[in-house]
Amino acid sequence: MAILVYVEHDNAHLKAENLKLVDAATKMGSELHLLVAGYQCQDVAQQAATLAGVSKVLVADDAAYEHQLAENIGELVTELGRDYSHILAAATTTGKNFMPRVAALLDVAQISDIIKVESADTFVRPIYAGNAIATVQSEDAIKVITVRTSAFDAVEQSGSAVVEAISLSKENSLSAFVGAELTKSERPELTAARVVISGGRGMQNGDNFKLLEGIADKLGAAIGASRAAVDAGFVPNDMQVGQTGKIVAPELYIAVGISGAIQHLAGMKDSKFIVAINKDEEAPIFQIADYGLVGDLFQILPELEASL
Amino acid sequence: MKILVPVKRAIDYNVKVRVKSDQSGVDLANTKMAINPFCEIAVEEAVRLREQGIASEIVVVSIGDKACQEQIRTALALGADRGLHIETEQSLESLQIAKLLQKVVEAEQPQLVILGKQSIDSDNNQTGQMLAALCGLPQGTFASKVEISGDKVKVTREVDGGLQTVSLTLPAVVTTDLRLNEPRYASLPNIMKAKRKPLDVKAAADFGVELTSKVKLLKVEAPAQRQGGVKVADVAELVAKLKNEAKVI
Repeated sequence: MAILVYVEHDNAHLKAENLKLVDAATKMGSELHLLVAGYQCQDVAQQAATLAGVSKVLVADDAAYEHQLAENIGELVTELGRDYSHILAAATTTGKNFMPRVAALLDVAQISDIIKVESADTFVRPIYAGNAIATVQSEDAIKVITVRTSAFDAVEQSGSAVVEAISLSKENSLSAFVGAELTKSERPELTAARVVISGGRGMQNGDNFKLLEGIADKLGAAIGASRAAVDAGFVPNDMQVGQTGKIVAPELYIAVGISGAIQHLAGMKDSKFIVAINKDEEAPIFQIADYGLVGDLFQILPELEASL
Repeated sequence: MKILVPVKRAIDYNVKVRVKSDQSGVDLANTKMAINPFCEIAVEEAVRLREQGIASEIVVVSIGDKACQEQIRTALALGADRGLHIETEQSLESLQIAKLLQKVVEAEQPQLVILGKQSIDSDNNQTGQMLAALCGLPQGTFASKVEISGDKVKVTREVDGGLQTVSLTLPAVVTTDLRLNEPRYASLPNIMKAKRKPLDVKAAADFGVELTSKVKLLKVEAPAQRQGGVKVADVAELVAKLKNEAKVI
C-alpha cells in the first residue's frame, strides 16, 4: 500500500520542510502520494510534483482548505487516508493541529515527532524534551506519523509526478478563520536556514536584536530567540527556538546571550556547529558549544559583523 | 457555563531525567512529580474565566494511578470546584486517554474543555485534538488568548509564522500554550479548603473503552551526548576557526 504525505504550504509556495518530509517517507515504502490541500494552490502542486520519489500529487483546491482549519483538513485526510499504509505530515503547528484528529477518526495511535525510521513500522522519537530517546513499534493498520523534518535530509527536486485533482469539499459550521498576524521577513525560515543566530535574555531589549541583523544578513542566517527573550517581550513568539518553540538543526548555530537552559538546548543541540557568545564563562551553553567566546556581546557583535 | 479541565501528573520540570539501565523507560522512582506545566496553565485559565463571571463550575479530571489525586488536589487548591479521578494502573496512550475523556464529556456536558497542549514527559501533543475529533467539537490549539462572547470562543493561536485567530462555536476544545497566562500559587487556606472539595473516583475499566494501545515501546535510551569544544580568545580567532576548521562560513 502507498504512503500519503501531507504537503505544507501557504497556497503559493512549497515549504522547504516538504523535501525532508518526503525523505522520511521514502524510508517507509516506495509508492508515495502527496496531498496538497489549499485554495488556489495549483502552483504548489506543480512544485510538489518535482520532488524525487513521488509518483502522484493529489490536489484538493477548495475555499474550505484556504486556512488549513483542523476540522476541515482532518476530515479530508481521514477520508483519503483510509486507503494508505502510512499518513505523514511535518511536525509543524499545522501538522500537530490536524493529524491527531485524523488518528482519532481512524481509531489508530499517532506517533509524534519522529527523528528516525528503523523500518516501516518502527520509529525513533525524542521524549522528555529530548532527554530520552524512545524506539516504538506500531501494529496499527494505518500509521499516522508526524516528522521532525530537521532530522532528515532534503530530497532532490528532479521528479515529475502525475498531478490529479480531487473534488472533495469538507466544510464545517463550528469553526471559522478570523485573522492572522504573520511575521514578514526577507530572511530564510528558522527551520530551513543553513545558519541561525539567536539572542537570549542577555540582549537586554528588543532593539538590541538589530545587532544580530547585520550578521544575519552577511551570513544569510535566520534570527531566533530563547524563551527568556520571548517571555520578556523582546521579540515575537514565532522566533522561539526550544522544546516548545521551533526545533532547528542548521550547519551553524550562534547563541548570543543565551545561558543554555535545557529547554533551549532541546531545540538546537543537533546543529552541526554551535558557537556561544556569553559574558558568563560558567554558562551551560559552553558545555555543548564547539566554539565559545566569553565576553560582552555589545562589543563582540559589531566586531563580528565587521570581520565577516 | 461548565468547564472541564483534564490534567496530567508528570515529572517536575526541574528534575533531571534519568534513563533506566535496562532501557525499559525513564526512572521515576522517588522522583518529584507535579501537575504538567501546560495543564496548570489550563487550570489557571478556567479559574480566571470563573473570576470574570463567565464560568460557573470547573471540573478537574485526571487519569492514572492513585497518586494523581495529588495533582487533582493541587488543581482544586488553585480554584477548581470538584475532581474526578479515573483510576488505572496501566500506562495509557493519548488515544485511550481521549476515549476516556470523551465519556466524561458525554456525562458532564461541559461548554468548554481546556487542556495543556502537551505533557512534558511523552511530548505527544495529541490528546486535545483527539478528544475534539471524537466528540465532533471544534478546536483551538496552542492558545495564547481565549475570549468568550455568547456562544462563541475566539482563540488566538501560536503558529509557526506568528499568530492565527479562529472563532469556534461552543462547546469547544482549547489547548494551552505557554504564554496564555502565568499560573498563581495556591494559598495555604485554599490548600486546606481543597482537601474538603468533592473528589469522585471511578475505575477506568468501567468505562467500556479498550485500554490497550497498538504501539509498543521497544526501548528508551539516553541521547548521544554532545561534547563541548574549545574557548576562543577573540572574534578574529572565532572567524578563523569558522572559516578554516568548521568551513561553515
